[in-house]
Amino acid sequence: MKRFSKIWPSVVVLAVVVGLWWLAVLLTHSVIFPTPGKVVLGTLELARDGTLWEHIGASLFRVGAGFLLAVLFAIPLGLWMGWVHGAYVTLNPLFQILRPISPIAWIPIAILWFGVGNASPIYLIFIASVFPMIVQTTSGVHTIEKRYLRAAENFGVTRKKLFLQVVFPAALPQIIVGMRIGLGVAWLVVVAAEMIALRSGLGYLIMDSRNAGNRYELVVAGMIIIGLIGLLLDGIMRLLEGMKNVRWRYVH
Amino acid sequence: MFIKTKIQVEAVSKGFANDDGLLAVVDDLDFKVGDGEFVAVVGPSGCGKTTLMNIIAGFLAPDSGAVKIDGVPRSAPNRNGVLITQQGSVFPWLTVRENLLFGLPDAIPNREALAQEYAELVGLKGFENNYPHELSGGMLKRAEIARALVVKPEILYMDEPFSALDALMSLRMQNELLRILAKERHTVMLITHDVEEAIHLADRILVLSPRPARIQASFDVPFAHPRRVSNPEAQALRVAILKELGVELV
Repeated sequence: MKRFSKIWPSVVVLAVVVGLWWLAVLLTHSVIFPTPGKVVLGTLELARDGTLWEHIGASLFRVGAGFLLAVLFAIPLGLWMGWVHGAYVTLNPLFQILRPISPIAWIPIAILWFGVGNASPIYLIFIASVFPMIVQTTSGVHTIEKRYLRAAENFGVTRKKLFLQVVFPAALPQIIVGMRIGLGVAWLVVVAAEMIALRSGLGYLIMDSRNAGNRYELVVAGMIIIGLIGLLLDGIMRLLEGMKNVRWRYVH
Repeated sequence: MFIKTKIQVEAVSKGFANDDGLLAVVDDLDFKVGDGEFVAVVGPSGCGKTTLMNIIAGFLAPDSGAVKIDGVPRSAPNRNGVLITQQGSVFPWLTVRENLLFGLPDAIPNREALAQEYAELVGLKGFENNYPHELSGGMLKRAEIARALVVKPEILYMDEPFSALDALMSLRMQNELLRILAKERHTVMLITHDVEEAIHLADRILVLSPRPARIQASFDVPFAHPRRVSNPEAQALRVAILKELGVELV
């Protein structure tokens, strides 16, 4: 009951938006722009013939692969840059220059290097999500409070223990924030990347539906599914923030 | 009775650079702390007490002079002397148990049992698997004291350890500390601005001057434990110490 009282305002807003949308389409007598009802029917059609699941699977696979590669690259690098000052001053300017370049701008180069297969979007997702994770991980190490490092120094622990029980867990909350941002951008980018070249994925579904006979109810269905999956992915990352050994950073 | 010297502070000076040149914070300080002795250092705020503590605990190098522990000059902190500060440094990402195990090398046999023993000693039985953010301020202090004691240090350095607690909890923790020290004797150096706390706990009280810190006076506290800070002799001592600090009580 308490849960319900928390979510009902957003449910009402959603209902109002859908209602206005429906009303606007009816009042303007639009032939191309779909009503919510048509979008639902379109979605059911895609679900029944199985193409919807193929597109979702293809997009999730690309995001999963690109994001995982970025995690494996960014977290060790970020920890190293945070801990070793020389690494930070050497590499940070490079990343600060690369970071503001939109992943979309990389599309031509991605096609040149990787062709139009899966490798291109995976590369774009990697590029999109790696920088926020490097930045957050580095700053996670930089913001470790001195009193904790002093305590570790006081007890004279080994380097391994210092890293595993102080540096990494201290930076972990911010690493998770970086991963949340990274996954969010990754999902944003996969759709854009798929609009360009490929034959599968939710981005492809959207472009293809328009090109193949102005099926705008499928365009909108694709958009809404992208939104819902994005919400779900963020929800999964939020579960990480609930872990007991990181909650100290978020409770205050 | 002859007491072995544990901590020897020899002609220690320390200054920090500021806009007007060098600001002397600790100036030519000399004193000794005996083995097993509890020495409190009181002084006005900003007089360099914490700087002094950081030098003695090995976190800060003096500009001149030396700190010797058992006659050996100290240059870096080690687990033979553990520092407890006002803010505390119990790791929030580890449970109480993991915090206690932190300073114990893996090679030590029965480290788990040792951690358990010290959690019980400070009254944290039942909270071993809690995270610090689930504990109250007083319990957090207990955890910090347990983490310090479990590595069997010879010296405890306490820098305003109970100042962040409310008055009642501070008193309770002082009693806890005395109870624990009665069980296992440590050499303790306490820094505080609370004269009553110093009288309650210490064997000897050093009064520091305003910056640069020098030893202005030294008082023995000859009362047996448990002490009543309200008894007339203790009150006379308190008045005398406060007078040194520039506070006249009428």
